[in-house]
Amino acid sequence: MKPAPVSYEAPDSLDAALAALQEHGFDAKILAGGQSLVPLLNFRLAQPGVLIDLNPISDLAWVRESAAGGLSIGAMTRQRKVETHPLVAERAPLLHEALPQVAHPQIRNRGTVGGSLAHADPAAELPVVAVTLGARFRLQSATGERWIDARDFYVSLMTTELQPDEILVEIELPLLPPRTGCAFVELARRHGDYATSGVAAVVTLDDAGQCSQARLVYLSAGDTPMAADRAASQLVGGDLSAESIRAAAEHATTEEIEPTADIHASVAYKRHLARVLTERALASAKARAGGSAGG
Amino acid sequence: MTERQRVTLEVNGRSYEREVEPRLLLSDFLRHELDLTGTHVGCEHGVCGACTVLFDGEPIRACLMLAVQAEGHQLETVEGLTDDPEKLHPLQQAFWDAHGLQCGFCTAGILMTLLPFLKENPEPTEEEIRLALSGNLCRCTGYQHIVAAVKLAADYLREPAA
Ligand SMILES: Cc1cc2nc3c(=O)[nH]c(=O)nc-3n(C[C@H](O)[C@H](O)[C@H](O)COP(=O)(O)OP(=O)(O)OC[C@H]3O[C@@H](n4cnc5c(N)ncnc54)[C@H](O)[C@@H]3O)c2cc1C
Ligand code: FES
Ligand code: FES
Repeated sequence: MKPAPVSYEAPDSLDAALAALQEHGFDAKILAGGQSLVPLLNFRLAQPGVLIDLNPISDLAWVRESAAGGLSIGAMTRQRKVETHPLVAERAPLLHEALPQVAHPQIRNRGTVGGSLAHADPAAELPVVAVTLGARFRLQSATGERWIDARDFYVSLMTTELQPDEILVEIELPLLPPRTGCAFVELARRHGDYATSGVAAVVTLDDAGQCSQARLVYLSAGDTPMAADRAASQLVGGDLSAESIRAAAEHATTEEIEPTADIHASVAYKRHLARVLTERALASAKARAGGSAGG
Repeated sequence: MTERQRVTLEVNGRSYEREVEPRLLLSDFLRHELDLTGTHVGCEHGVCGACTVLFDGEPIRACLMLAVQAEGHQLETVEGLTDDPEKLHPLQQAFWDAHGLQCGFCTAGILMTLLPFLKENPEPTEEEIRLALSGNLCRCTGYQHIVAAVKLAADYLREPAA
């Protein structure tokens, strides 16, 4: 299928894009990598009056150390750039591990980090990574800017706190504490497909080797990235033994996630998969936290 | 402004200028405006890979870009691999020699995916090859001959004019 008639604006600065967005309001759509939006246009599931293309704006793509020692990423940075960036591998190993599982290289060459985060597909990897790591997003409009925690950003299915006049411009990931290990594990029917089930795990160990902090967040397990906070808090204060990992995985996947059935998998099967993946993710996060570097 | 807009771009080293509707997909622009029908269109939602072309040197889906977005950019399509039908590009020759295609519908997208891949990975393992091709569907070959063709292509490219 082909897109319906639409106008196209290619502003060359963020201010011009924000002004255009304010002018057109609900009738406008931001065009980032186009890897989710253009399929929607082609199927005519989306029929905006105006596309505001952010691609010509040269200063919305960057990867650098943030003031707080974490990582700052410009919303228009291509997924492939972030995947291969040495600073990301060093400072945000979870993001580095998750990115190759987002679609195919040809898609990641265009797809942007901000586009995936704003699109808010519950099967997507990057929103889960952002929630797990406690990311913050900078949203800008013609009238001002605000920061929002990733956790508060996701409202429901493909719905976020972004207002029609706002653009996501920056993603900030906090610095991980020492002795922190991360793991991202998912199962897709074919590499690059949206995953049937997947989980991000982060654990921090204290000097005695006890778990001082843990996070578990799931994709394809509800309308938004699904954080299993109670299961994660069960792990804190313990030694991440095989039994405690099994118990947390059991709790998270029977009590805290809400997967729905689709043509590929029943709810029971998705819960089973999530449990197995949780055990694997926690075991490897623990092993990585044991090393001297941040895993 | 749904009316036509001017696009100036370079395809396979030649520059073109056209006026198009903003909604025109880059894949359709190549095929219908420039008559470069080597780029195929299968699914129009990014899944099959048939429309893969190089955009400023990187493989992308032509069906997921608007032609107007290519303003000022450089594209390479399968037609750019060789200008002499009697002398195939080593990548094409390897596909010919190893029977890496049957109907050929997927082939252009696969070749354009592989061109930069083999530059970055001159000696790929079978697993790397399969991963590189995970975004390209082939309904005919079962992929075995494609993988064999990529290995052969890697050999040809390392020893040109064999
Ligand atoms: C075949 C295929 C397989 C895929 N598989 C996966 C997968 O396994 N996992 C996965 O996570 N994704 C997958 N994707 C989606 C891909 O990651 C997209 O790149 C991503 O979802 C959207 O990013 P984009 O930059 O392309 O955004 P676009 O498609 O341009 O935009 C998506 C939406 O976000 C809005 N938007 C974009 N940027 C901003 C911004 N800065 N501020 C405000 N709003 C904005 C747009 O208006 C639009 O509504 C797949 C896509 C395809 C085609
Ligand atoms: S036609 Fe573009 S990916 Fe299928
Ligand atoms: S050769 Fe027919 S689809 Fe690949």
